[in-house]
Amino acid sequence: MVKPTRVENSIRALRFKAGEMTQAELADRVHVTRQTIIAIEQGRYSPSLEMAFQIARVFGVPLDEVFHYPGEES
Amino acid sequence: MSFEEKTTWVAALVTVIVTICYTSVVRGMMVGVPVAEVAYQKPLLIAVGATIVMTVMGAIGTAIGTAIGSAVTAEITGERSAEDAVGDVGRTDQRDKDISRRGELIGYYVSSAGVVGVLALAMLRYDQFWIANALYLSFALGTLVASVAKIVTYRRGF
Repeated sequence: MVKPTRVENSIRALRFKAGEMTQAELADRVHVTRQTIIAIEQGRYSPSLEMAFQIARVFGVPLDEVFHYPGEES
Repeated sequence: MSFEEKTTWVAALVTVIVTICYTSVVRGMMVGVPVAEVAYQKPLLIAVGATIVMTVMGAIGTAIGTAIGSAVTAEITGERSAEDAVGDVGRTDQRDKDISRRGELIGYYVSSAGVVGVLALAMLRYDQFWIANALYLSFALGTLVASVAKIVTYRRGF
């Protein structure tokens, strides 16, 4: 299935690095539902810029360490 | 499945069930009676009221069912996801709002197209019966399409 967004992310890896933080814990800290975190991780939803910053702040890393936008391959 | 997605399913099912019941009742009343004399008003008002009440009750039932079901599952299996599902009951976030907005917009286009058809019926001087029922069905179809669009967006993402 074609992913609806090209935005990629490292949330899963960052969660494990952050003491195996669960999706529910991350959801609570960003004030969203667990389903939204699952959708973002799976590339089925592009979060708003504000939500993206909130997620990056939870992990204490810059935004581009969480989200990546791959360029066109030539 | 998020709480909002579940309530969207409830709204879709209620719309389908009520519309089928209403059209069955009115079709029964149409047998051997001129449409101008069909007393559709009371069933139509009941259908509109039933849609609102059943959707609200369905949402409340979904919340209670999810909370109890997830709590029992968490207790029996010790699954963390079941425990987390309890916390998600009634919670709405930006994604839910975005999906709702997209779905409602699509439903609005469908209802609007139906209303254009209703205008045509009025201009062609069709009986009030057809105008009222076409209007009801336009809104019912719009609501159903909005719910389906939301469910598809929840499943496929955007």
